Amino acid sequence: MRRVIGYLREFAGRMTVGFIIKTLGTIVELFLPLILSHILKNVIGRSMKDILLWGALMIVCSAAACILNVVANRMAAKVSKCFAENLRRDLFIKTLRLSAAQTDSFTIPSLESRITSDTYNVHGFINMIQRLGVRAPILLIGGVGMTLIMDARLATVMIALLPLIFVTVFFIRMKGIPLYAKVQRSVDSMIRVVREDSQGIRVIKALSKSDYEHRRYDKVNCDLVHDETKAGVIMGCVNPIMTAFMNLGSVGVIALGAFLVSKDVSDPETVIAFMQYFTLISMAMMSVTRMFVMYTKCSASASRIAEVLESSEDLPVFEEDSLPNKDTDAHILFDSVSFSYSGKKNNVDNISFSVKQGGSLGVIGATGSGKSTLIKLLLRFYDTDEGAIYVNGKDIRTIDKKSFYAMFGTVLQHDFLYADTIIENIRFGRDVSDEDIRRVTKIAQADGFIENFEEGYDRVLSQHGTNISGGQKQRTLISRALAAKPPILILDDSSSALDYKTDAALRKALAENMRDTTIITVAQRVSSVKDCDTVIVMDEGRIIGMGTHEQLLETCPEYKEISDSQMGGAFVE
Amino acid sequence: MSNTEKKKLDRKTAKSVFLRLCTYVLKYWYLFIPAVLLTLFSNQLSLLGPKYSGEAIDALALSTGVDFKAVWENVIKMLFCYLLSAVMSYLLATLMIFLSQRIVYTMRRQLFEKLTTLPVGYFDKTPTGDIISRISYDIDTVNSSLSHDLVQIMTSLYTVIGSLVFMWNISKPLICVFIITVPAAILFTRYRSKIVRPLFSKRSKKLGELNGYAEEMLSGCRTIQAYEREEEIGRRFNERNRDAMDAYYDADYHGCIIGPGMNFINNLSLSLVMILGGMLYLFSQNGTVKAGSIFFITLGGVAQFVQYSRKFAGPINEFANILSELQSAFSAAERVFRIIDEEPETADKANAHVISDVEGNVEFRDVTFGYDPEKVILKGVSFKADTGKTIAIVGPTGAGKTTVINLLMRFYDVNDGETLVDGIEARDITRESLRRAYTMVLQDTWLFRGTIFENIAYGREGATLDEVKSAARAARIDSFIEGLPDGYDTVLTDDGINISKGQRQLITIARAMVSDSKMLILDEATSNVDSRTEIKIQKAMATLMKGRTCFVIAHRLSTIKNADKILVVRDGRITEEGTHDELLCKGGFYATLYNSQFS
Repeated sequence: MRRVIGYLREFAGRMTVGFIIKTLGTIVELFLPLILSHILKNVIGRSMKDILLWGALMIVCSAAACILNVVANRMAAKVSKCFAENLRRDLFIKTLRLSAAQTDSFTIPSLESRITSDTYNVHGFINMIQRLGVRAPILLIGGVGMTLIMDARLATVMIALLPLIFVTVFFIRMKGIPLYAKVQRSVDSMIRVVREDSQGIRVIKALSKSDYEHRRYDKVNCDLVHDETKAGVIMGCVNPIMTAFMNLGSVGVIALGAFLVSKDVSDPETVIAFMQYFTLISMAMMSVTRMFVMYTKCSASASRIAEVLESSEDLPVFEEDSLPNKDTDAHILFDSVSFSYSGKKNNVDNISFSVKQGGSLGVIGATGSGKSTLIKLLLRFYDTDEGAIYVNGKDIRTIDKKSFYAMFGTVLQHDFLYADTIIENIRFGRDVSDEDIRRVTKIAQADGFIENFEEGYDRVLSQHGTNISGGQKQRTLISRALAAKPPILILDDSSSALDYKTDAALRKALAENMRDTTIITVAQRVSSVKDCDTVIVMDEGRIIGMGTHEQLLETCPEYKEISDSQMGGAFVE
Repeated sequence: MSNTEKKKLDRKTAKSVFLRLCTYVLKYWYLFIPAVLLTLFSNQLSLLGPKYSGEAIDALALSTGVDFKAVWENVIKMLFCYLLSAVMSYLLATLMIFLSQRIVYTMRRQLFEKLTTLPVGYFDKTPTGDIISRISYDIDTVNSSLSHDLVQIMTSLYTVIGSLVFMWNISKPLICVFIITVPAAILFTRYRSKIVRPLFSKRSKKLGELNGYAEEMLSGCRTIQAYEREEEIGRRFNERNRDAMDAYYDADYHGCIIGPGMNFINNLSLSLVMILGGMLYLFSQNGTVKAGSIFFITLGGVAQFVQYSRKFAGPINEFANILSELQSAFSAAERVFRIIDEEPETADKANAHVISDVEGNVEFRDVTFGYDPEKVILKGVSFKADTGKTIAIVGPTGAGKTTVINLLMRFYDVNDGETLVDGIEARDITRESLRRAYTMVLQDTWLFRGTIFENIAYGREGATLDEVKSAARAARIDSFIEGLPDGYDTVLTDDGINISKGQRQLITIARAMVSDSKMLILDEATSNVDSRTEIKIQKAMATLMKGRTCFVIAHRLSTIKNADKILVVRDGRITEEGTHDELLCKGGFYATLYNSQFS
């Protein structure tokens, strides 16, 4: 909660002004009953002029209260708007910066609901507290002060209530926060199913699994209803309990009052006035209770947000002293690298290889042999368990992220396109000129199909690029990777949907135009890697063959087997 | 549409949304009616409390000293009232939670079930995040409004009517004040809500867009990192974030006038009551108005009238405050209803066949189709696929290969011509039984969060562990699965880090193997599998394809070459048709493509 509240600090000034205006508005409004009783007591029945005068004053006060309250509310709305905007912006950027392992442990649906529904909860609370948080405390403090002055003995009744109220608040808060945290977790699960099904609708329909999915959704829906009901039922007792306490207090005041009056240490007028104030305090207390319920809900959300904001930098940039440079002329060097996702079996095991500047490396191997893991390690999505990776002789853990990633043009295996124009998908928010984009689309063999669209480069893709074919997607992605003229190009299984001819043309264009670029190609097709300077063959996380295409045909039976099986590879797109 | 018409329509939708929400509430009348009764009782009880406390105070303020007996009597009555009222209001709160939870449950369920009946095209058009926003944020807004505002409105109504009755009895002329202020209040809220309503709709819409963007970008967070684009994407996110928050602020900015505005009107009427009451009292005192006249009023009468008009003002204020909540709930509900009202896939015909023992003869007769009727994708396509045969569909990108599959599965219906299964026109077959007759493996591997067993057994209801295991064995994914610490019980996480795309595809192939459908569609089914594994699973694929009518889209030659019939689709027409050898002999487009790989 504290972390999230910290975002209000920069609005302290505005909030103070808003608070003062709200206080003024409240006080002006509190004048009304005073004027009212003054009229009833002293003015009424005397002169028409006085009645009109005091009546006019009431109207003025009403108008002033209205204006002040509107201004204060608008200021509050502005503050909470800016607060939520900043909070959500930082949360989103932080989420993008989470390491792969962190994203996996939070899960995407949960991160999504933190950015959306948790932030709404906090926003709503901040907005509310600024509006309601003034009047109630003023009434409460004023009321209690007045009662203490009037009759300290009667006020003991109220003081006796305090521990009861305190215990209730404490107990319910203890119970409530974990319940709301659970509600939010159920929201995550519910969102997950909706998300999965929106994405897998074709499969669901193809397998006529609607009923199954209804049941699956029904389960998470029921869980959510159950958790929300439970939290609601617990929080629902706050109000009645508080009301009961305050009402019991008033009964106590009367009982004690009767005793005091009979002993002649107090008088009925004091008891009556005391009761009036007590009602006022009760009402203020109810407002506070309402805020407390909101606070409970909000703090569950706030801690979920803080959890993300405070999650430590998983992959920090180290000092060069701790991880020394390596004296090598290789552009990229893997030195005895081992890594495991689960910490049990190594997914890549003792991998060493090097690629020189402008060289090319092909990686081939069976499904699950660790090819993509190598790429993820090179891109530092994960840090190695053992061994080190060097780029230009520097341990990649010592290179700051900006200059590190600027070296790469990457097409990942699960790569993504988003709902925007093709040119924007290629540019990807970088400072790349239109000419450069046209140039790289030629290399990536994408210019043809793009220019065939009526809108050309301004063709708008749907989310995940579902309105273009697999091969077109891959060529768009390769264009993206080439656009910023990176020194290192990584193509992880990025031409699998291209037909043979296009793939060959792509290889040729890459070789001709990207001479100085170091290229790493991960593929299943021999044809995609056979022209590489070096090819490594992976199997179960190990390198089982390394060399040129020709060498491997001789030395690596597995490679020969793959090569023979493919006889020319793909056919048409 | 003219502006006034649009406004009228807006009002109409607001009204129908309200009525529709009412039907949800009334559906649970057995919760709603007790809730109404409880509201009445607990309000009545909380009104009785002050009455007894007044009597108790009277009893201790007697000139003869304190009448303890009367005090205690009233104190006990008070205790009774307050405790009972507490219990009742707790019951009421619980009841309302149950009621609102029932309603949200139903709404979520209806929305979700609707989603599964929508045509697949809907999901290409609508961002996932927006759907999520509707099913979470929007329904949540409706929920909090229902559970809180409904009771508030009932209480308000009760108090307002009660107070009015009392005031009527005290002084009829003074009531005239409300003839001015109540219409003023009504006009004011109507005027404001007309301004505010579209703002709330915009706010919900913008939040939906924001969610859509967030969800889309989160799904690409690794790529964003690989290009170090966090700042830039963050900036773009923030543009939408600012838009959404501005929409929120706009609604708030105009909405937050309502509360203080109503308060002002109330205070105004209080002032007017005071002035008018003061005048009437003055006239009553100096004899201008005689006792018994309706204009006659005592000092006590004025005081009481003021008391009641303050009581009267409270709930109206409260109502004004929740008015903006109601507005936002209506906008949210409208977005929810919009999905619920979305046109589903056309219903099966009344006399549609349920096909069960399918032989697997498929035929396209002169089929013409376009997703947009203006842009025809398939033009007069005809072909026949006999039972047990393999049909390969070959052609350049965008020629309509996937469209053929979409029509086979009836994800879309043909514009012209017909498709037949075992001689029955596909539109005369129930969609469910038609789709059940097919098994599909797509390039896009879709797995859900659940165990590997559940994901494979998804292919057929009631598949046993043994069947799943043998399917996994056939798909060559068994040793990988068994190597996992939890084996078949391993839960696949959302973006399963330690499962490669190829392994995911093998799982979907195993899923297809579990199924016992007569017809099989393989759309780039092995594109992510390396060729060594592909060879290994070839036998299994052959078993899978044996005896089934297969439609294959692939760019790997091996799969296409052995097909019984190859259809070459170009520009929406079948230009060549025949076996591999026949087509090579023909020397057409196919032969050119085939030979190009050796050049």
